[in-house]
Amino acid sequence: MTHLPLGQQLLDTCAALLLLLSFAMLSQRRVVTLVNLYAAQGAVLAAATLLLAWRTGEEHLYVSAALTLVLKVAFLPWLLHRLIRRLGVYWDTEPLLKVSGTMLAGLVIVVFAFSLAQPITRLASTDTRSAIGIAVSVVLLAFLMMITRRKAMSQVVGFLSMENGVFFGAMSASYGMPMVVELGVALDVLVAVLVLGVFFFQIRERFDSLDLHHLETLKERD
Amino acid sequence: MELVLLLGFPVLGAALLGITGAHRRAPEINAALSLATFLASCALTVRVIRHGNLLLGDEQFFIDPFNVFLVALTAFVGLTTSLFSRPYMRVELDHGRLTSGRLRLYHSMYQLFMFTMLLALTTNNMGLMWVAMEGATLSTVLLVTLYRTPGSLEAGWKYFILCGVGIAQALFGTILLYVAAEKVLGAQGMTALLWTHLDAVKTQLEPTVLALAFVFLLIGYGTKVGLVPLHSWLPDAHAEGPTPISAVLSGLLLNVALYAVVRSKVLVEGSLHSRLPSMLLMGFGLVSVVLASLLLWRQRDIKRLFAYSSIEHMGIATFAFGMGGPIANFAALLHMTVHSLTKSSIFFTAGHAAQKTGTQVMEHIRGLITLSPTVGWGLMLGSLAILGLPPFGVFTSEFLILTTAMREQPWATPILLAALAVAFAAIFSKVQPMVFGETSGRRLPHAPALLPVFTHLAIVLLLGLYIPPYLAHWYRAAAHLIGGG
Repeated sequence: MTHLPLGQQLLDTCAALLLLLSFAMLSQRRVVTLVNLYAAQGAVLAAATLLLAWRTGEEHLYVSAALTLVLKVAFLPWLLHRLIRRLGVYWDTEPLLKVSGTMLAGLVIVVFAFSLAQPITRLASTDTRSAIGIAVSVVLLAFLMMITRRKAMSQVVGFLSMENGVFFGAMSASYGMPMVVELGVALDVLVAVLVLGVFFFQIRERFDSLDLHHLETLKERD
Repeated sequence: MELVLLLGFPVLGAALLGITGAHRRAPEINAALSLATFLASCALTVRVIRHGNLLLGDEQFFIDPFNVFLVALTAFVGLTTSLFSRPYMRVELDHGRLTSGRLRLYHSMYQLFMFTMLLALTTNNMGLMWVAMEGATLSTVLLVTLYRTPGSLEAGWKYFILCGVGIAQALFGTILLYVAAEKVLGAQGMTALLWTHLDAVKTQLEPTVLALAFVFLLIGYGTKVGLVPLHSWLPDAHAEGPTPISAVLSGLLLNVALYAVVRSKVLVEGSLHSRLPSMLLMGFGLVSVVLASLLLWRQRDIKRLFAYSSIEHMGIATFAFGMGGPIANFAALLHMTVHSLTKSSIFFTAGHAAQKTGTQVMEHIRGLITLSPTVGWGLMLGSLAILGLPPFGVFTSEFLILTTAMREQPWATPILLAALAVAFAAIFSKVQPMVFGETSGRRLPHAPALLPVFTHLAIVLLLGLYIPPYLAHWYRAAAHLIGGG
């Protein structure tokens, strides 16, 4: 067994934490906790970015860590909490799959994600490449969460968590994307959440609820 | 300079109309800005024809025959749609379906939408292209829900979530592309997402990673193209949003998304030396054509009917790009052009028909020819054009695609022909009674201004009869760029 340098070990810990948080989100039905878990995921992501910036000396990673901290740990969770309070949605209904079933599906997904990540891992030259499998897992787990949830709010958190996974993938495979792209992505995420906020109020105003079964009438009619 | 103007006018417009959009003259300002954008696109086109490919703004923007023709088309349809929306949205306001505040949102977002599409087309940076495509979704979500009816909210939500998830896949694909490129282009990272640089080194890129990247990019951008089975947002968003938005979604956004797919395909095919991207495109295209033409039969809403027809035509173009080679690419580009012109003109007339009769349900729209001959003839001619009847341009492109398919992929020809026949029967049997059926309604006092409709149809007719040599040259250059086959 070779000894990994401390920084590397810390990074791997961060990656493991991200995956753990993804599973926690998958099983969580309280919307407030879900948002907190999302904030925690953002915090871990920021820590990992900072660690990586310090190890590699890439300056743009510092900026990116700061961006993550401000946007994903502070601003978006604050906005989501505010929305939850104003709309009064605290619990998601029973998910389409039982929690145990979702967890099992999640496990299968992780195995699949690691095999999917193999060619990328072989190509990448970064020393964080072992984490790429985890990034793919986070993306796919978030996808699973979006499929199995009914409430609009949980779907949005799933969507944001998916973006976290993609971002972590970019970081571990190539130490982040060029700055202009990262800024653009951050802007898009921000605008997306703002648009959603407006949208939620429109849905609520119309249906008095954020349950998505109201939004299942536009089907093909015979 | 032209590029600055091209991108500057819509941004300026979005800001200006965001502030003053409730003004009485806002529709005119909207049209004027679209005209300015169109003129800038013409200037850009002339420059590319004269001087060849352009690399601008620190290599962040790249203009070649492939995208400049889409830029011109986008700006043109943007202009005619803004002309159409001027009286149309005013009537909607008078009918009380909108408030002036929402009209302000509409105008501002319309310009922003034009900006994101033009940015996606002109940028050389695959990452920026992603950002712009996502921006295009975000700017139209609130336009789809403009009427705030339950149906429109549902459509908007579906549009947002499906395209959001799709576009996240495309981001992952873009990252994979970056990882593979960084290996070759060096770790400074600044050039590793620029399409021109990627294109130069595409034979050295790692094939397995690129194959994976292409699958993600195809799923991501394919969702926006409306390829089956990723299409379910498309009919809802088209049917529930205001008609000018249906016209630009169908006529422009789908094209821009297909453009992104084709740009990715060029890179991946260069690296892979296999037919995988072609096979994927042909497969998705064919499934879309077949399923959309079958679903056409079940439609009762006029805008949904033509939304499914858009899926079908995007499938045809995707299939042609999949076959590759100079003729198929040429035909696909022509098909994108004529489809975009014809379909937007159909949505214009369908919108008028729905506005006049007060319903989008086709069974209740009857005898348009008596109610208003211009609307009736516009819808009839537009439908005939989209169904691929000669002498319209759609016939030319479909004919070229079919004959190429006979030579290259003989197995696909009967499937395509059957699907086209089914689509013909479905649409014609529904449009015919709407136009010529009996009606108790009286003739409308004034004829609606349908100049954009007949301009579009005239161009489509012209393209069917005679493609001007410079245009043919232009298409050929673009088809050559795409390569394959």
